[in-house]
Amino acid sequence: MSTVGLDAPQSPGAPRGAAQAAPRGHRRRLGDPVFRVLATACGLAVAVAMFGLAGVLVYNSWPAISGLGTSVLTTVAWSPVDHQYGALAALAGTFLSTLVAMVIAVPLALVIALLLVELVHPAVARVLGTAIEMLAAIPSIIFGMVGIFVIVPFVQDKLVPWLLTTPLANVPGIKPGPQFQGGGVSIFTAGVVLAFMVLPYITAVSRDVLKMVPQVTKEAGYGMGSTTWEVMHKISLRYANSGIVGAVFIGLGRALGETMAVAFLIGSLFTSLPQSLFDPGTSIASLIALTFSEATDKIQVSALIELGLILFLITVVFQVLAQAWLRRVQRSTGGRA
Amino acid sequence: MSTAADIRSAPPRRRSIARRKATDLVIKVLSWIGAWFGIAVMGFIVWEVVARGAGALNVAFFTQPTPQDVTSNAGGFANAIVGTLAITGVAALIAIPTGFLGGVYLAEFGRNGRIATAVRMIANVVMGVPSIIVGVFAFAIIVKPLQHYSGFAGSVALAFIMLPLMARTTEDILNLVPNEIRESGLAMGAPRWKVTLGVICKAARGGLITGATLAIVRVAGETAPLLFTALSSPYWMTGLFGPGGFFGGPVANLTKTIYDFSGSPYPHWQALAWGGALVIIIAVLGMNILVRLLFQRGKEW
Amino acid sequence: MKKSARTWRLMLMVAALLAIAAVAVAVAACGGSSTGAASGSSAPAIEGFTPVPMTADTILGAGASFPAPLYMKWGSDYIGVAGVKLNYQSIGSGGGISAIEAKTVDFGASDAPLEQAELEANGLAQFPMVVGGVVLVVNLDGVADGQLKLTPDLVAGIYMGAVTTWNDSAIAKVNPGVKLPSTKINVVHRSDGSGTTWILTHYLTDAAGSIWTAGADKEIAWPLGVGGKGNEGVAASVQQLSGSIGYVEYAYAKQTGMTTAQLQNKDGQWVKPSIASFTAAAANADWKGSLPSMYMVLVNQPGADTWPITGASFILVQKDQAEASRAKTTLTYFDWCFTSGASAATSLDYVPIPANVYKLVEKQVWPTITVSGTPVWP
Repeated sequence: MSTVGLDAPQSPGAPRGAAQAAPRGHRRRLGDPVFRVLATACGLAVAVAMFGLAGVLVYNSWPAISGLGTSVLTTVAWSPVDHQYGALAALAGTFLSTLVAMVIAVPLALVIALLLVELVHPAVARVLGTAIEMLAAIPSIIFGMVGIFVIVPFVQDKLVPWLLTTPLANVPGIKPGPQFQGGGVSIFTAGVVLAFMVLPYITAVSRDVLKMVPQVTKEAGYGMGSTTWEVMHKISLRYANSGIVGAVFIGLGRALGETMAVAFLIGSLFTSLPQSLFDPGTSIASLIALTFSEATDKIQVSALIELGLILFLITVVFQVLAQAWLRRVQRSTGGRA
Repeated sequence: MSTAADIRSAPPRRRSIARRKATDLVIKVLSWIGAWFGIAVMGFIVWEVVARGAGALNVAFFTQPTPQDVTSNAGGFANAIVGTLAITGVAALIAIPTGFLGGVYLAEFGRNGRIATAVRMIANVVMGVPSIIVGVFAFAIIVKPLQHYSGFAGSVALAFIMLPLMARTTEDILNLVPNEIRESGLAMGAPRWKVTLGVICKAARGGLITGATLAIVRVAGETAPLLFTALSSPYWMTGLFGPGGFFGGPVANLTKTIYDFSGSPYPHWQALAWGGALVIIIAVLGMNILVRLLFQRGKEW
Repeated sequence: MKKSARTWRLMLMVAALLAIAAVAVAVAACGGSSTGAASGSSAPAIEGFTPVPMTADTILGAGASFPAPLYMKWGSDYIGVAGVKLNYQSIGSGGGISAIEAKTVDFGASDAPLEQAELEANGLAQFPMVVGGVVLVVNLDGVADGQLKLTPDLVAGIYMGAVTTWNDSAIAKVNPGVKLPSTKINVVHRSDGSGTTWILTHYLTDAAGSIWTAGADKEIAWPLGVGGKGNEGVAASVQQLSGSIGYVEYAYAKQTGMTTAQLQNKDGQWVKPSIASFTAAAANADWKGSLPSMYMVLVNQPGADTWPITGASFILVQKDQAEASRAKTTLTYFDWCFTSGASAATSLDYVPIPANVYKLVEKQVWPTITVSGTPVWP
């Protein structure tokens, strides 16, 4: 176990007391502290950067926080021209699109992770796993483009008209609201594309977490005559419970902050709450992206930054929760502390 | 008290076994379908980009700057590609060494101490911050006070995203290096910094390069941080300072230009946007595959 | 043996990266210029490839997407003329106003003119640069360009959500013989602060005030519809969403071959959008009376051939300039636009500002643009 603060021992042969006087020892004494200070400074730089970000956000949103108070969270419409700075429509859109994304992505991710861990040859699993991880590397603007040129026409021209002929059309949440504009650019489309953006993250973390389940325990299950699925859901998933929750939180955090794809696909309706998944809406991130460069009114800029602060706080909370859940599974499976 | 013989001789509960096997089979089938669906979507996305973008990649694409004239069919993406390389390159210059040293701190010096644990937690959190917020931050601290957009502001925003990523990746890689290596280096009488840089990092070389490359490639595809910082330009950069320079004015970049062109109604510009998307996909996926192949044992040292 | 193979791979990768970086630096440093193109007019040898001389002069403008096709064309023409690069970013009129007030650009462009009070409060000078027309574009199968007719009441009704289907009796009444589907009208408007919206909403308030109650501004609380970013985004959205209607500046519709609608103007005549109908609308403008702010609304003008949704697009500059040479370069560019840019403007169906109005601008507005008190122009 390397020790902290251990001075480099002297080379064999040199008298112990001579190190301090020797020029080589003098240089050695300088190199290490400098290096240590430099490394510590860089480590702290990360913390400084974050506090800087938080500080700038708070400082710039203070006029809105003090001037508008809680009305930002209770007013629905974002309408600067009417001096209405309500984030509720944006929050609802963020929440709903993320919900759609999670509903699609989480089961898919779990099922893929199961496959990668239990059902395929490790070599195949490595290749498939890498392929899924490549999805994570694709920039969001490309998802946005494929979304708008391929998914939007499909939803608008094929999916929604078909859906409206089925009994599902009357289910609240699917039934088109007063703001319905064909369903092509809508919360649903944004959610579907978001699902495939977060899928690789949830899959990768779930797979890692499922791999941490001790082999011995699983073999005990197999030895008792359990089928693969039974081992999976009675043993592995129970062990990996917290980890999977952590993975979901990571995916959630990513979906909440996603900007470009959502900006393309969600419809940019800032003024009312969506009443159906196929209504257009907006999200906090896309609202900021689309309107920040034209905010002239001081209070408008400040309110936008306040929205950014709210989004920042939400993602921080989810990240912290995700880390906490993931640490729990590490402890319970005896993983790397 | 049942003996092994008793258990073995007891009749199996056939119906229940059949049902369990059926459930198992159904789940297995669903897993396969699900996995292939996920892969298919990814393949579909890549295929769409290739199909729509391949036609746009010609010599003009790589040599001409982005078009301004909506009536002509000329133009390319050359200045945008160079701009992204420059912005990402400067961001890497800022973030990679700092992030690397930060990771060294976390792995070698701080380890489980209070400060290091806090830094680690903060790094994880910062990695999850939406990139639009980072863009707003860079606007507030650089563009607004200096009163001009610049490629450098874009680099700062990207560096902000890269820094914690690089630090955590470095820490993870260095933690995989066994302690015996550290101890043998120190036992030879080498100073701490030499052991860390010369021995440990050499051993973890593959993983570190992979980590750095993946971090760079990850931010190269970001759009939101560049919206209010580097903006965009239809021209080549003219040097470093002055209104056309890297530090003095807006700089063309791939992602913002793709964003602008794909949101435009002109077929030629849309085709260029798809070409740009293809270039990004080739670069991103290519680098990913390349580093994995070259350093496939990077995670194990 | 294995170790040296890995070292080779590592060196190969580093070499590849360095090569890419070197190429990037070389290309950036050379600025993509061909040799010898220093100054003066140089006719492009290859279509669209304009040799860009090595000069540090770049003017940065941002704002309205309404005149963006023209401003960008002027930009690409001006390099060949004076070697000065114009970087115009289409971010919407709201963005242009915001940028010039923050002094992050050399000039802002807005189709929503500022009133004198706001100009003074921000130390800005304002002048018109070009006139254009806002048209309604639709995406309807079987309806040809210029075939569909809409009255101001209908446009207002559609955007208020009162008229919801294409085969509504009110629409059918003015479009006998046109096959109108029974599908819902998908409404597209602007998501960003837009001068085009300002022009349209002023028109609707003026011509259909009993139905249109959503106000007149760059950004309003739209009763319904999806938002597109910029004229570009609205045009793209209408292209993609079947059964949709949107409003864009005419160049966007014409250059992309979109289906436009006829409108009934103040005189009750049905007019199609064209440079002639825009010019007719702009003919009545009293620019002299609009000084010093040059605030002008051109919607719903009388005349048999006038296009009812016409508007001027304005340029905003800081009155107190920091750098004399930069200010001079910017004003020289505008001088060129006024005096030599007319053909480019008409080729894109914009109406250039007539010479007498330019004289007003030059004599009344530009003297207020100073560096430490000294006028920059002439």
